[in-house]
Amino acid sequence: MLGGMPDVAFETLVDRHGPVVMRFLIARLGPIDAEDAFQETMLSALRAYPDLREAGAARSWLLRIAERAAHDTGRARRRRPIPVADVPDRPEVGAPEDPSGAWSGVRRLPDKQRTAVVLRVALDLAYREIGEVMGTSPEAARRNVHEGLSTLRDRAGEI
Amino acid sequence: MGTTLEGALTAGLPPVGDLAHEKERLAAAAEDEGILDVGVGHLDSPIGRLFVAATEEGVVRIGLATESEDELLAELAASVSPRILGAPRRVDPTRRQLDEYFGGGRRSFSVPLDWRLTRGFRREVLEELVAVPYGETTTYSELAAEAGRPRAVRAAGTALATNPIPIIVPCHRVLRSDGSVGGYRGGSDAKRTLLALEGESGTMLASG
Repeated sequence: MLGGMPDVAFETLVDRHGPVVMRFLIARLGPIDAEDAFQETMLSALRAYPDLREAGAARSWLLRIAERAAHDTGRARRRRPIPVADVPDRPEVGAPEDPSGAWSGVRRLPDKQRTAVVLRVALDLAYREIGEVMGTSPEAARRNVHEGLSTLRDRAGEI
Repeated sequence: MGTTLEGALTAGLPPVGDLAHEKERLAAAAEDEGILDVGVGHLDSPIGRLFVAATEEGVVRIGLATESEDELLAELAASVSPRILGAPRRVDPTRRQLDEYFGGGRRSFSVPLDWRLTRGFRREVLEELVAVPYGETTTYSELAAEAGRPRAVRAAGTALATNPIPIIVPCHRVLRSDGSVGGYRGGSDAKRTLLALEGESGTMLASG
């Protein structure tokens, strides 16, 4: 460490955690929006990186930034007018990359449940780390995951 | 029931592919934004795989095959900036010139150099060294004299041993006063290969 800067090259961070961040974003947004959100995530992280103090928790830090990028992507998409006559370029229920439509269901969950379910099911994170990413206690993280999954089961039962 | 839902979710997630394209795009965007402090890349050469690092000012570090990439990255993170990414665009001019040099078609380098990883007398010695032309050699004591401290032969040796930009700053052109090859960070075989490439030949090299 020199002057309190992280002593790990950002390149190393991308190699170590890039695949996890990408998997999170694919689950969260679908493969099409994930690529741009990945760029947004890594650029934001690179901007802030010299000021990162707790380099040991780099993965949670990157996922926190990724969640923000995913949130912004979702908002921007909802504001975008949808040309009705065009073929939809958004992954829909039953699209090839999500044959069962299960992830589309996750993406329609309330914010906290959705993020918690993605972190748990797609990344297999412990509740403690889910809490770190979302700024909640591990107990609240567990609750969000369980509520999200039970909403999905209820919906499946309704069909 | 639970396993069915979670199984469907896990099965419905496409695998994450190779991120090489994403990393290249990221480096280009970072460079455009002015936050790519160090761009790095690799090059295969007759003396093994080389590591090249460049700041916005110029080439700051060349790593020889004997140096570990993890340590090179950690050294740059600590001494220049942790904002380091693989960046073809940033290092391509240097890689191209090194390729030409190893192919025998280039005798001097014109890429800008960033000297920040060396200072004081060491830097003076290395800057003197840049003036030693392709295919010629000098000695540790001559170099110390040219840098203005004829008795600082050992210090000159240290300057060469810690040369951050080998090959371009040609520390391989410095021999012992008895004509033997002397040490090299990349190993004395690598030093002999470079001297042979430049047409330095004969008994002197064999005696190393």
